[in-house]
Amino acid sequence: MERPLPAPAGLAADRYAGLSLAAWQKFGTLALIVLAAVLPFALSRYHVFELTMVMIYAIAVLGLNILTGYNGQISLGHGGFFAAGAYTAAILMHHYGVPYWATLPPAAVICFALGVLFGLPALRFEGPYLALVTLAMALATPQLLKYFDTWTGGQQGINLVKPMPPPALVELGLDRDRWLYYVAFVALLIAIRVAANLLHGRTGRALIAIRDQPIAAAAMGIHTARYKTLAFGTSTLFTGVAGALAAIVIGYVSPEGYSLFLSVSFLVGSAIGGIATIGGAIVGGLFIQFVPNLANDISDAAPWAIYGLAMLLFMYAMPRGVVGSLGPLIARLTQRIRAG
Amino acid sequence: MHQFLQQIFSGLAAGAIYASLALALVMIYRATDLVNFAQGEMAMFSTYIAWTLVNAEVPFWGAFLITLVVSFVGGMLIERVVIRPVENAPVLAAVVVTIGLLLIFNSTAGWIYSYTVQDFPSPFPDRPLFGALMTTRDLGVIAVTLAMLILLFVFFRFTATGLAMRAAAQNPDSARLCGIRVGRMLAIGWGLAAAIGATAGIMVAPVLFLDPNMMGGVLIYAFAGALLGGITSPVGAVVGGLIVGVTENLVGTYLIASQLKLTVAFALIILVLVFRPNGLFGTAIVRRV
Amino acid sequence: MQREDIVSLLRMLVGGLAALSFGFASVLAFAGDQYGPGASDTEIKIGNTMPYSGPASGYGAIGKSLAAYFAMINEQGGVNGRKINFISRDDGYSPPKTVEQVRKLVEEDQVLLLFQTLGTPPNLAIRGYLNDNKVPQLFVGSGADQWNDPKHYPWTMGWQPSYGTESRIYARYILKNLPDARIAVLYQNDDFGKDYVNGLRAGLEDKAGKMIVATQSYETTDPTVDSQIVALHGSGADVLLTAAIPKFTTLAIRKVYDIGWRPTHFINSVSTSVGSVMKPAGIEKAVGIISGAFNKDPTDPQWQDTTEYAEWLAWMKKYNPSGNVADTLTVYGYATAQTMVAVFKASGNDLTRDNVMRQAASIRGLKLPMLLPGITISTSAEDYAPIKQMQLQKLDGTNWKVFGEVMTGSGN
Repeated sequence: MERPLPAPAGLAADRYAGLSLAAWQKFGTLALIVLAAVLPFALSRYHVFELTMVMIYAIAVLGLNILTGYNGQISLGHGGFFAAGAYTAAILMHHYGVPYWATLPPAAVICFALGVLFGLPALRFEGPYLALVTLAMALATPQLLKYFDTWTGGQQGINLVKPMPPPALVELGLDRDRWLYYVAFVALLIAIRVAANLLHGRTGRALIAIRDQPIAAAAMGIHTARYKTLAFGTSTLFTGVAGALAAIVIGYVSPEGYSLFLSVSFLVGSAIGGIATIGGAIVGGLFIQFVPNLANDISDAAPWAIYGLAMLLFMYAMPRGVVGSLGPLIARLTQRIRAG
Repeated sequence: MHQFLQQIFSGLAAGAIYASLALALVMIYRATDLVNFAQGEMAMFSTYIAWTLVNAEVPFWGAFLITLVVSFVGGMLIERVVIRPVENAPVLAAVVVTIGLLLIFNSTAGWIYSYTVQDFPSPFPDRPLFGALMTTRDLGVIAVTLAMLILLFVFFRFTATGLAMRAAAQNPDSARLCGIRVGRMLAIGWGLAAAIGATAGIMVAPVLFLDPNMMGGVLIYAFAGALLGGITSPVGAVVGGLIVGVTENLVGTYLIASQLKLTVAFALIILVLVFRPNGLFGTAIVRRV
Repeated sequence: MQREDIVSLLRMLVGGLAALSFGFASVLAFAGDQYGPGASDTEIKIGNTMPYSGPASGYGAIGKSLAAYFAMINEQGGVNGRKINFISRDDGYSPPKTVEQVRKLVEEDQVLLLFQTLGTPPNLAIRGYLNDNKVPQLFVGSGADQWNDPKHYPWTMGWQPSYGTESRIYARYILKNLPDARIAVLYQNDDFGKDYVNGLRAGLEDKAGKMIVATQSYETTDPTVDSQIVALHGSGADVLLTAAIPKFTTLAIRKVYDIGWRPTHFINSVSTSVGSVMKPAGIEKAVGIISGAFNKDPTDPQWQDTTEYAEWLAWMKKYNPSGNVADTLTVYGYATAQTMVAVFKASGNDLTRDNVMRQAASIRGLKLPMLLPGITISTSAEDYAPIKQMQLQKLDGTNWKVFGEVMTGSGN
């Protein structure tokens, strides 16, 4: 993660309270992980469910971040890939009796393939044209889901049974909600690890080069088309796995749940968190899950106006997103403290 | 054969609706390089203002003019207050802001006016033409759209302000050096787009019936039509909108079941864009190294 | 008998009576007020989800009507002295959101039951959860056939006649009166529209394949249905069934007339409002349309002199001023809320989930003021379809005229 902890004031040395900055970062991350791990036992079932959804949306937004942030391609269609993952899981579980955890790899593979498939033609388009192509994906999704109703259950959707935790863990006090929380949690940690490795390495640098200076990058021998397509595929892989998890946690899939608004929500969450960041995905997930409810509490009559207003205010204050704006800010602060 | 003609004419009538909103989209893109996703909702809101005036016994054309002025001023204000802060921010921030505007307008309209569908008077009588292929009302929409197109064309080509606006959009720094108030041009651009949107809404409301979700579907088709025609070209916007309208009808009737109409129509539009990535009449986006 | 014996006998009697009365009193105390979650001496808390946002937001008017009716009841003293605390949340017609809101209502707000949750997919999403947790899912706001299944889902009950029931009634009418008809159908491309198509097919039985010559669907994002109407006309049909929400019914009626087509036109019961559907289309274009109905259209002049209408109007003006007096959804909300209140009245002081569900499944011939004459509400442990009857009606120059007898659809 790229967010360094602020150093204790007054210390100008490279070591803070005996530890280097990197050590503090690791410590902070570990503390967060431990906190997240014990939360389910301190909260009610409903709040555990809410946080599970936050993590799932974070994985979905992380997928979008890879595409938008690191590759400069705006997608209005990620709701469609979320649906693809969800229905893969639902169809495998409902029609073929596949256990829930075994649906995640097929969802990943199928959504990756779909992403590569759509990435290829999408390469030709820029800016608003790409937005249109991805918009078409988002609009086509409910129609296609309704049409192939022998598989998808059409309008009626598919009801899924919420999985039970392994018997051994039931003794420890894990109910269904807590178990799924941990499943989503582990998935999120893996997703973050994979994304970090990808983006902080050679592939990431290539993607950023393609985003910022595509002609120079091509001139330097970076195979633009291949990287862009891979970026699309990886991004849809993440979002698809998130969709599969969501289907399992909610226990029901139907075309109404995958409307254009879902795609827009992902984009909004991505922008508000910070498109070229990993931590921003978590902020995005929190925004998508909680701000609509908060808006409803503030105004009964026009809650979406409040939500829209929140979007505007966030973009004014932090045009690069929360993590995108705060990250450099904190870095500058620590530098200033370090300089004396 | 008769059905074929009917589908074409219905398509043209619907296409004119998309074209009128597409004109507003093109206007904003030319002025500020942004796609304004809130364009449809702004048009809807303007139409509600007109509706309130008409209900208060204001004669139709009076209400129309007042609404145009209010929309123009409103559009300018929105550009100054809402869009200006994110003009130099990453594109995504501006996109999010326009989406936020969309939600605000839609939700506020629903709150003030409720979601019940309302009647809206039309200046055109409702008589059948060409043996029931079209009504005079549909023809009216087409006529007004074409009139707006011509006005825009004249504006951009032959007036000083139009020229200044084009300069400000293409190269703001050079334009400033020439003494053009770039900020003011941007605001005027938004104001004009809002006025175009208001006209579109008022023409369209008698046909589609007025409710807060009136423009939701129209925006999507208008967006497709504007891009198909070339996002920088007003002529393209109108042609694109008409093509989208007719294609959608023909696809749904002859090509595929109506349940996949939307999907296939969009697929065809994208196919065209694959061969002409900047739209039919658009200018290529040239990237300089 | 000796004197001591009589005294002992008396003592036994008194003691026995005392014991008996003590026992009786404690039984009475035990069988007194019983409460499930959300119910108490002073209030009954019930939960609801509605699409107050998004494309289906027109239905939000129902939610507002429900709240308004309960407000009136509360002002009049409540039910058996308890106020109804009606908590309604927005789900935007998105099933994942419905699941979230319903879980919050049940687990955080601790409501007694869910009432009039709206939409078929939203209700399908929560049905399993509610039945698993034995929470009543009462008077569901959807016309799907699935809510009448007490064997598998004993906690879920519908309210209105299902869409399938309704279209079967149309099918029977067509078979009897228009046996050579060629039928075209315009339907909304979702569960609502498809239920009508399937019901029509089922009602026509083996003639369905021959009689139904064309079907066309539309999405709620479609701006017009012109293309579909033109295509249906091209099939040569002389009967049209329009299974659409009000706005699209208006569009269809107008286009049908404008292209010179004069079929026998059936429209579904959701879209029958004279004021908000027929008038915008042009009432002269709608003359002769047939529909089924179970409640009174508030814009229909024939009801406007009655005391029931006057009461309804007074309620609208005082408690539901933001509602539109031309909107049949407000009548729908009014009637469903009255049904809920009737169930609470019957439950008395035993406000457990079990008892409320039992009372809901024991309604006998309940008459409501805004239901059409002859239509009543009845349920039983095997029959979870409160309203099974509809009346056919035809639009003359200005309002609906019922004809024929009250029909019962044999759905499900």
